[in-house]
Parts: sequence; structure tokens; C-alpha cells
Amino acid sequence: MSTVDDAVTRGRNLTVEQLLLLAVGTGALLLVGDLILGVFDGTYNISRIGRYVMQGVLYGLIIGLAGIGLSMTYSILNFANFAHGDTITVGAFIGWGGTYLIGGWGAASIGHLALVGPQRGIGGPQFGISVMSTPIAIFGGLLLAGVGTALLAVLIDRLAYKPMRGSDGIPLLITSIGVAFALRYLIVFVYSSQSRGTTASVPSADLLLVDGYVSIDAHDGTLIAAAAALMIGVHLLLQRTKLGKAMRAMSDNKDLALVTGIPTERVIRWTWMIGGGLAGSAGYLMVLWTGTIDWQFGWLLLLLIFAAVILGGIGSIYGAIFGGLVIGVTMHMSMIWLPGGDFTTITAFLMMILVLLIRPSGLFGGKTTA
Amino acid sequence: MSATPHSDYRAQLETLWEHDALKIVAVIGAIYLIYAAIGLVLGYSLDGIINTLRRMTYLIAVYGMVTLALNLHWGYTGLFNIGIAGFMAIGLYATMMLAKPADPSGAAQYSGLGLPVPIAIVGGVVIAGLAGLVVALPALRLRADYFAITTIAFAEIVRLGVTSGALQEFTVLGAELGTGGGRGLIRNYGDPMNAIFELGAFSSFVDLTNSLFGFGPTQARALAYSIVLVLVLAGFYWLIQRTSRSPFGRVLKAIREDEEAAQSLGKNTNRFKIKVFVLGCALMGLAGILWRFRRTGVTPTAFRPHVTFYIWIALIIGGAGSNTGSVLGSGLFVAILFEGPQYLRRVIDQVVAVDDAPNTFAGAVGPLLSADPAPLVRYTFDEFLTLQFVIMGVALILLMQRRPEGLLGHREETAAAIPLGSRPSGAGTGGSGGGGSRGGGNSSGGNSNDTGDDPGTGVDHNRTHGHSNSASTDAPDHDHDIEPRTTTDATSETSETSETNETTHTGGEKP
Repeated sequence: MSTVDDAVTRGRNLTVEQLLLLAVGTGALLLVGDLILGVFDGTYNISRIGRYVMQGVLYGLIIGLAGIGLSMTYSILNFANFAHGDTITVGAFIGWGGTYLIGGWGAASIGHLALVGPQRGIGGPQFGISVMSTPIAIFGGLLLAGVGTALLAVLIDRLAYKPMRGSDGIPLLITSIGVAFALRYLIVFVYSSQSRGTTASVPSADLLLVDGYVSIDAHDGTLIAAAAALMIGVHLLLQRTKLGKAMRAMSDNKDLALVTGIPTERVIRWTWMIGGGLAGSAGYLMVLWTGTIDWQFGWLLLLLIFAAVILGGIGSIYGAIFGGLVIGVTMHMSMIWLPGGDFTTITAFLMMILVLLIRPSGLFGGKTTA
Repeated sequence: MSATPHSDYRAQLETLWEHDALKIVAVIGAIYLIYAAIGLVLGYSLDGIINTLRRMTYLIAVYGMVTLALNLHWGYTGLFNIGIAGFMAIGLYATMMLAKPADPSGAAQYSGLGLPVPIAIVGGVVIAGLAGLVVALPALRLRADYFAITTIAFAEIVRLGVTSGALQEFTVLGAELGTGGGRGLIRNYGDPMNAIFELGAFSSFVDLTNSLFGFGPTQARALAYSIVLVLVLAGFYWLIQRTSRSPFGRVLKAIREDEEAAQSLGKNTNRFKIKVFVLGCALMGLAGILWRFRRTGVTPTAFRPHVTFYIWIALIIGGAGSNTGSVLGSGLFVAILFEGPQYLRRVIDQVVAVDDAPNTFAGAVGPLLSADPAPLVRYTFDEFLTLQFVIMGVALILLMQRRPEGLLGHREETAAAIPLGSRPSGAGTGGSGGGGSRGGGNSSGGNSNDTGDDPGTGVDHNRTHGHSNSASTDAPDHDHDIEPRTTTDATSETSETSETNETTHTGGEKP
């Protein structure tokens, strides 16, 4: 291809991209303008916006937390793991089984408790499970969710992905779709497809915000605290330990890492453990926050997590957290203009597609883990 | 030269096996025979057996069509589309909205445009193709995995969109339309097959099926529809086979193998990719229409990502890049993974009386402590339909691990002017898993067709010849000087082309 042609093509593509960026920028500006005007002339209630932001941040924390693991496996193993969503669901079920066993001990048979109460009417609300009344059960469940999912992730890697190590991203991606299906329906097989409530209601505080109240309850607080603690933990792990350095080296250049003597298999195992552990914890916290559990909530979260990870830039854990918050807040803010909540997910997907089109490397540029 | 009658016979069989149509007929015939034999042994009624086979034919035909369309995307061009369900949904919904009568009377639900059914079908196909264009125009320059995420996000947007209450009823340019939201759309226009059913000859078909299998008129109609679908499937096969053997199709394969090489030969690869993506999406839309067009209605749940997953399994069973493989793959998928477990369950249910299963997994596992596996077995049996999906997932994993090229993957298809497969060095070394010898056979078959189709395009031949060398890394009969290059080609194929793509388009951000 001649350089002139090359330049012409590049120029043309740039214009298309810039046009798109211009359109998106204009749209965003219009919305922000409308928002500000609406707030001043009273069309939009400030406390309503506050509630949306609050909900968005909480949702975004879960997406971001789960996104860290996805981002890590994406950059280190080089494939989009479509089974990540179902790992989240499994983690939630494992963890809540533990919570039920601790919090509801004696109230029902062990099997019933370990399976997170598959039959109606005997579950968390009846046992009075909440972070206020049974904090040990909640903490134990969260721990179990993290540890159990970490081990499960390593097991899945051993069975499904390890035999294919070294093949490129697409075969691995297809395999992960198979893993996702197998996992999801194993969940149904073991835990049943019944959707059920998990927590008793907890006291909430109403914060005054100009013209109304934004309420926050103990489970929201737990979510914020636990997510923040886990994120800081991962940050320290990746920045301060040798393992973190090895991971960053591997995501930069696998061959070079191998040559310098980094035990790549061990690093991969740790990657799965950390990613799986965070996914399981995120799933547990999601159930704590929403108060219901069912067999496909993780799968439904998956594309939102992808959206967050791509928005932040694959490989960057801060990008994943930031992307999660942006996606969460955007989803809920979209309800200002598109009421009813039917379009929240659609908004998030459209945003992801736009990011892929305008800036495929993400806002944080990708590349570096941590 | 001194062939014994035995090997002669065998050679004859092998040449026969080279005919693709025969392969399909043989495998699917064998499947039908097995199903029919089981039914006969268990003493099922004849119309029941035929009806099972009829249902399988219908499913194989529909899934076969979509798999062929996907083969055009992934097998020939390397476009990683996992939003199949979305395009099928668009085709069907568009057709229904176009065909529904304009003035809803009584409980007729939402109104449509009231167009004649054939025009509505064409409209649905065109709209599905346009949706493909909307996705393809911006998304084609993305990496394969980003492209995949974009397509599945698009499919989910479509599904959530038609589910949402806001689009339940809307007005476009003064015409009232509706997607029906979560409750879906009801078919309140004439059965499009009536044109055939009202023919005089059709009543003799009904009589025939009645006297042969004891079919009633409804069953006869369903049978006729399945036959029509098989004909459409043959049309799909022909169209995609034609496309892939044309100069256009060879450019597609060149794009799949090495997009930059194709560009360097002056092909505007983006235009080719857009065209082929739109064509495949339109065909997916048509398959979606034919899939559920005659039912009483449609709901959004029919287009969950499961459908996409089914089609991918079928494609991978058959082997990406092979049209015969696509049809075979959908046949095997339907027979073994889709209908098989349910059929098996029915058979077991009839042969042994299975007691009531425990309600929960705990109730099934608990008795294991006292060494009583019966409840677990009964529970497993009861939950067979759930396990079926697990089996599908595991099947996909195993296929990707053990046989990613599928049964008939034509990935080493060549278009060289001389038959590469008959080189003497190739005869002895083709032992590794039979892949080499089969590849050779295919390539020579492909050759004769290629030269037969268009003898004039010398440039194309040169190009595809060049790429064919790099493509057939699997075949062990290649010169040493080619091999190292081709291996690197194969491993870094996706990442390399995509990265350079990205640099071209984003102004060189990445090294």
C-alpha cells in the first residue's frame, strides 16, 4: 500500500472517528446542559438525582470489583472470559450457603441451609439474616465466597483452559462460553432455578439533600466498606508484592517474563485465584445489597462488567473500578431522561460500543496491570 | 495397479464419500435410522416416530441455515459474530410488524402495516441486513474479541429493546407499530403456507401421509413445512457454496488468513467484510423468520443468547469453513445434544418406571452418606433438561480442546493450479490423525472446482495460491522453508492484523 493511500485512509478514518467523537461530545454536553437547567427550573428533583447517583455508585462498586478479575485475566491470559459472570453467581451461592449455615443453624436441615434455601418460605428473611443481627454470618459468608470461588476458578483453569495454554484468544473465548453454560446450569442443577430473598430488612438513615432525602441502609454501608477494603487490598498486593510485579511483567510481555525466570504458571494460578476471589466477593455483596439471589444474575452482569473493563482500559484495575463507577452512575442517571428503567442496560451497552468505536484502548489506555 | 477387489471397493467408497451431498445424506440418514429403530423397538406408533423425525428435520433445517450463515461470517471471513440471536430476532419481528393487519380488531393486539406476507418476509430480511450494516460499518475495524463483545451487546440491546414496555406500541411516520413488550406479538394474519396448503395437489399429499403414517391434516401441514425448509436449506447451501467458490469468496478467505496480504493485493477488505457481514445477517434474519413464522406468536425469550450458543456448537462440530460441515454439524447437534437427551429421557421413562425424585439437590445427595445412590440418580433423571445444557457446555469445551477444527474444517483449502494433495511426499506423512490426508483430498476437490468456475482470473489464483501455502500449516507435507513463517503467521494472526489495524485507524497510538 502506498504511503499516500495510507495517509488518505488514515485521514478518512480519523474524520469518521472525530465526527463520532463530536456527536457523542455534543450529546453529552446537551444532556449536561439540560440537567443543569432542569435542576435550576425545578424540572429535576435534586434528591432524585442524588438517589440515582447513590444507587449508581453502589452498583458501580460491584461491577468494578468484579471487573478487576476480568481485567486481570484479560490482560495476562489474553482472552475475554465469558464465564466470569457465572463465576460471580457461583461465588454468591457458595457464600450465602455459608451465611445460612452460620446464621440459620438449627432452623432448618443442613442441606437446605447449604443450598441457600431452595424451598420457599424458609430463608434469610425468616432467619433474620442481616449485617446488623448476624454480622459473623455475613462476614463468614463473604470470606467463604471469596475463598471458594478462588479455588473454583483455579479448578476451572486446570480443567478447561490449561490444556489450551498458548492458543490465541478466540479459541479460549469460545471455550469460556462453554464453561459459562456448564457452570450456569450446574448452578440450576444444584441450587435450583428458584429465585429467593436472602436478607431481613435493616434500618436505614435518610440523608437530607436540598429538596428531599437520600436513604442509605446498613447493607449499602457494608457494600461500600467491603468493596473499598478489597480494592485497597488488591492495590497493595499488586504494587507492593513480587507477585504483583510478576503479573505486570506478564501482562506486558509474556515471553520476556518467561525468559527472566518468572514462574508463569504460578502467576497464572494466582491471577485466577485473585480474580475469582474478587468475583465471588462481588457476587456475595451484590446479593447482600439487592436481597435476592437467582441463578443468572451474574450472567446478566457480565456484559456490564465488560463495558466497565473496556471503558477503563483492559489490564488496568483502576480503570476497571473507574469504569464500573461510570457505568453504574450512567445507567441510573439515564433514568432521568428514559424513565421506567427499561433502558438502563441498553444505555450501558451503547456506551460500551461507543467507547470501543472511539477509543478502543479505554480511558486509562490499558496495558499496565495496576 | 494390482488392486485387490477389496481395496478397489474401498477406494470406490472413498471417492463416493468425497461427494458432500452424500456425506450429509448418509450421516443424517443414519441419525434418523437410529431414532426410528429405537422407536420401533419400543413399539412407538408410526406417526409418533415420523413426527419425531419431522421435528428433527425442521430443527436441522433451521439451525443448518443459521450455521451456514455463520460459516460465511466466521468460517470464511473470520468475523467473530456472537450476536446471531439479535439478527434473527430483527428479521422475525420486522416481518411480523410489517405483516400484521393495520387495523387491530378486538383482541388482535397491536397493529402493523398490513403488507402482504411475501413482501413482509422480504422486508424482514432486508431490515436484518440493514441492522448488519449498522453494526458492521463502525465495528468491523475492531479486534475480533471486541467485535464479538459488540455483536453480543447488540443482540442484547435488541432483545431488551423488544422486551421493554416503552416500545410496546409506537408510531413511526403516522403508522402504528408495536413489539408487544414482554408478552410478544400474536400472529393474526394468514398462515403464509396457505398458498401451498390450498393447492389441489396438497390434499393428495395429506391423503398420502394419512395412508402411509396415519397423519392428520395438521401433521401433514407440518411435514410439508419441514420439506419446504429443507428446500430452503438447500438454497442456502447452494448460495453460500457459490459465494465461497467465487472470486469474491476467495478474497474472503484471504481476509481470514491474512487481511494485510489481501490489502496489499489491492483488495478493499473493509468493503468485502461489510458486504459479507450484511449478507450473513440477512440470511440469519431469514432463518429467524422461517424458524418461528408459523407459530401463533413470538416472545422475546425465544432470542436469548442460547440460540447463538447452539449455532456456534453446531458450527464447531461441523468445522468452521466447511458448508457441508455446517449442515452436518447442525444435524449432529440437533440429534445428539439438542433432541438426544430428551429422547433418551423419554425412552428411559418408558422402559423403567422411575420413582418420584427428591425435590432438592440436598435430598438427592443426603442419602449418599448411607450409600444409597438411588435418590441422586432419580434427581439427575428428573433434572435431565438442565443437565442437557451442562452437557452442551462441556461438549463445546471438549471440542475446542480436542478438535477445534471440527469434523470437516476446510481451513487448509487451497486454490493452487496444481493438485498439491497428490505430491508423493504427502502420501507417506499424512499419518497424524488423518488430518493431512483428508486435507489433501479436499484441496484437490477444491481445485478442480476453482479452475472450473473461473479459469480467467489469473491474479486471484496467484493470490490465493500464496495464501494457501500459509493456510495449510496443519498439513505436514510442506517444505521446510515455509514452515517457520507459517507457524508465526498462524499464532499471531489475530493479534497482528488487529493491532496494525488499530494503528492504522487511530493514528498510531500503539507501537
